[in-house]
Amino acid sequence: MIRAVLAFLAALLAMPLTAQDAMPPAPYAYNQLDDPRLEAEATALMHTLRCLKCQSQSIADSDAPMAGDMRHQVRSRILAGESPDQIRSWLIARYGDYVSYNPTVSATTWPLFAIPVVLILIVGAVLARRLGKRRSDAADGEPT
Amino acid sequence: MRNRLFLWVPLALFAFFAGLAGYMLTQEKSQFVESTMIGEPLPDFALKPAFEGLPGAAKADFVGTKPRLLNIWASWCLPCIAEAPQLEALQAQGVEIIGIAIRDRPADVANFLTRYGNPYSRVGADDISEVQLAIGSSGVPETFVIDAAGVIRYQHIGDIREDDVALLLAELEKAR
Repeated sequence: MIRAVLAFLAALLAMPLTAQDAMPPAPYAYNQLDDPRLEAEATALMHTLRCLKCQSQSIADSDAPMAGDMRHQVRSRILAGESPDQIRSWLIARYGDYVSYNPTVSATTWPLFAIPVVLILIVGAVLARRLGKRRSDAADGEPT
Repeated sequence: MRNRLFLWVPLALFAFFAGLAGYMLTQEKSQFVESTMIGEPLPDFALKPAFEGLPGAAKADFVGTKPRLLNIWASWCLPCIAEAPQLEALQAQGVEIIGIAIRDRPADVANFLTRYGNPYSRVGADDISEVQLAIGSSGVPETFVIDAAGVIRYQHIGDIREDDVALLLAELEKAR
């Protein structure tokens, strides 16, 4: 009885996975473009786009069927003459900044860019004061 | 004295960030990626029928006199079974539901609809998630409210539960 229940549960788990692969993948999901220059452009872009199903992977790294469909979009659009930037904006218009791994300065992300600069300035100011002080101390201490 | 207090600043900062990280780890994170196409018109598309029983789906099918639901689903998707009764309830209330089946085989679509009921007026086959990507949907099932002009007005992510039915009816009314 328990074995039957376990087998049923295992079958439930397996069903969506096997079924998702029942259809052949999109033409350009696993096939490269013929022109190596265009393929390099497409690959570089695919490494900076987030897979929506497996959110810590890029679409270049993921075997999720949806990532394959996104690779097909990237390759077929590159082939049709679109630039990587155009394709990235097309996806951002649909899924927001979240889909892109290429960071941009925006209302929410500016502190990420500003904080390191501020820290370096503070450290520079502190160092300048300390070193300046030590030098003047040394000058004071020198016998005249 | 003042200098000695100053020495605690780095430790205080560290404790603050450690505390913040610890707190954020206990917070539930939404795994949903919302579409940013709300308020935008549907892109142009024309999908072939997903099985022999019903016509396919195109943008033109959404333009008319009333708002409709666009349901992204698949026969291989388990939550889609869970939401089937709710879709039927919506259809019983007079809502037109147009389905888009993702990466699906005609035989599987037909089989699913005989087993779990058919609430659709049309079902288009999106074999390469083309339309799904074009409207900013990131999974199955998802349900969009489309107004009579073909503009996307609302997105429901995940299966429709019983208490979502009233919500969707309200959104359809708002889109009128």
